[in-house]
Amino acid sequence: MRIGDAKQSYEADEAILTSSTQKIWFALFLLALLLFPFMADAYLLYLGCLVGIAVISTTGLNILTGFTGLISLGQAGFMGVGGYTVAWLSANTGLPFPVTLILAGLLAAAVGILVGLPSLRVKGLYLAIATLAASVFLHFIFAEWESVTGGMGGLSLEPAHLFGLTFQSDFGMYFIIVPLAVLMVLAARNVFRTRIGRAFIAIRDRDISAEILGINLLHYKLMSFALSSFYAGVAGGLFAYFFRVVTPESFPLSMSIFYLAAVIVGGMGNLLGGILGAAFMTLIPEILKLLTTALTPFYPNAPIFMSPMLEIIFGALIVGFLIFEPHGLAEIWHRIRRFFSLWPFKN
Amino acid sequence: MSSILEINNLSLSFGGVKALQGVSFRVPENTVTTVIGPNGAGKTSLFNCISGFYKPQQGTITYQGKALTGTKPPARAALGLARTFQNIALFRGMTVLDNIKLGAHVHMKSGLLGSLAYFGAARREEMAVRQEVERHIIDFLEIDHIRRQPVASLSYGLQKRVELARALAMRPKVLMLDEPVAGMNREEKEDMARFILDIREEWGVTVLMVEHDMGMVMDISDHIAVLNFGQVIAEGLPSEVQNNQQVIEAYLGTSDMDSLRKKLNPDREVA
Repeated sequence: MRIGDAKQSYEADEAILTSSTQKIWFALFLLALLLFPFMADAYLLYLGCLVGIAVISTTGLNILTGFTGLISLGQAGFMGVGGYTVAWLSANTGLPFPVTLILAGLLAAAVGILVGLPSLRVKGLYLAIATLAASVFLHFIFAEWESVTGGMGGLSLEPAHLFGLTFQSDFGMYFIIVPLAVLMVLAARNVFRTRIGRAFIAIRDRDISAEILGINLLHYKLMSFALSSFYAGVAGGLFAYFFRVVTPESFPLSMSIFYLAAVIVGGMGNLLGGILGAAFMTLIPEILKLLTTALTPFYPNAPIFMSPMLEIIFGALIVGFLIFEPHGLAEIWHRIRRFFSLWPFKN
Repeated sequence: MSSILEINNLSLSFGGVKALQGVSFRVPENTVTTVIGPNGAGKTSLFNCISGFYKPQQGTITYQGKALTGTKPPARAALGLARTFQNIALFRGMTVLDNIKLGAHVHMKSGLLGSLAYFGAARREEMAVRQEVERHIIDFLEIDHIRRQPVASLSYGLQKRVELARALAMRPKVLMLDEPVAGMNREEKEDMARFILDIREEWGVTVLMVEHDMGMVMDISDHIAVLNFGQVIAEGLPSEVQNNQQVIEAYLGTSDMDSLRKKLNPDREVA
C-alpha cells in the first residue's frame, strides 16, 4: 500500500490524477475503451455507443442539477434541439460532423439560457416544473414545425462524415462517441478545478452567501444552464447520427426523467457518479433481459412472467439504491478504493 | 483619522418592525471598530445593509468617499467589502481549500472556455491563487492541517477560522466579522483575537465587528458604536462607552420606568 505522497509543486497537487497508481489505472482504462470495439460483438458495441451518449448527457445534467443545484426536466428537450440541428444541417448543408455537433451544442446552449432565465426567481420543484413546461413546448415545436423538423415523421440523416470518411456502422460511431465522451467528462472535471466550478457549487450550497462573496447569481446560473444544454445538444446530435433518424418521439419526457434518475442513482455532484449512473441506467434493463433469456431453459414461462416484471424490478433497484446508498454509486466506488488503498489495515 | 466607511441616518424596517432608525456612525480607517448592543438591536441588519443584502428605506452608506446606494452585493465584494456570517455560511460540499479559493473569485478573470480546457491563463491564474492562499492565508491562520478536509467535518471553532480565511481571500479593505468568537472556548477566542489584531496591523485592513463577548470587545477595539432598539446610543473609545450611563442601562436595565417608556415611545408624552 501507498502511505503518502510528497508533492513538489502546487501544479502537481492540483492535477486530476495525483499518484502513479491512478495514472496507470487510467491508462489501462483508456486502453480497454480503445480495444473494446475490436473484441465486442455487434450487440455490445451498440450498448457501448448508447452508454457513451448517455454519459455525455448525464454529465451535462450533473453540472446543472448535481453541482449547481438547479433541477431540470428539460434535458430531453435540449437533446432534441441538438438532434434536430444535426439532422437539419446534414440534410441542408453537408457540413462535416465536428461542425454540426458544435453547432448543435451551441444552439442547445442558447435554448438552455432561455429556459434558465426563470431560475433566478424559482428554485427546486418550481424550477423543475418550469423546465418541464419548456420541454413540452420544445416537443410541440418538433412535432408541428413541419418545414424544418419534418413533423411527426421526423428527419432521417446521412451518416456522419469527415474528410471523405463516413461513419456508417456502430463500429465507426464508437470512435466518435467514446473519445468525445472522455473529452467532455475531462473538460467538466477541469471546470470544477477552477473559479467557475466553485461558483456553481457555492450557488448550490448557499446562494445568498455566494452572492455576498461576489458571485453574480444570474450570470452563473445561466452559464450552468448553457454548459449543461451544450452537453445535451452534443449528446442529442450523436444520438441523431447513431440512429440516423430523429422524430419527436426520439426525445420523450421519460428521457429527461431517465437522465435525472441517472444523476441521482450515480451520485449528485460527482462526475464519476454521473458516468456510473449513465451506465447503470442504460445497462440494467439489458442485463435484466439477458437474465430472463438465461432463465428460459429452466422455466419455459420465464419471458411471459418476466417481461412485465422488468420495469418493476428496474424501479425497485433504483429505489433500493436511493435508500441504501443515498450518495449514489460513486460512494460504493469510493469505499472500494478506500479499502484497497488502506489494505491490509482496516479503515 | 479619515473614515473608510460612514453610515448616515440609515433606516430599515420590515413592515411595522423598525430594525434600524436613523443609524449614523463612522468606521475610522485601519481600526478595529465594534458594534455592540443587546440581542435584536439591529447589528446584523446593519451588516446586511452594508453588504447590500437589505435595502434600507432611508440613509446612505459611504465607502471610501462614494455612496454605495444601488450597488449590488457582488459589486460591493469586488470593492473590498468582505464579511463572515453569524451562523457559519461555508459551502459544505467543498473542501477547506476550495472554500478559501472561492473568496478570491471576484479577483479572478478566467472564462468558461479557459476553465473547460484548464490551459494557459486560466491555469496560471488558478496556480497564482493557490500560491497566495497557501502562503498568506492558510499559513497565517494555522489551518494547513485541514486544507483537504470537507468543511462539514470540522469543529465549530475551525469552521469560523475557515470563514475568516475565505473573507481574507477576498483581499478586503473592510472586513466585517459577525460574532467571530461566539460559541468558542477561551483558547479559540484568544487565537481569534490575535488573528484580528494581526489582520489590522499586518494587512492594514479595517475591521468592523459585531460581538457580544465584552472582554474581547474592550480589549481589541479602537472604536465602539452601541446600538439599542435600532438606534446608536453611544460611540467612542472603549473606555468612554464603558462608562456611558445609557449603555449601562441598555445592558443592565434600569429601575426608572419612565425613562424606559420614553425610550420606547419617544413621540408620546409619558402619562
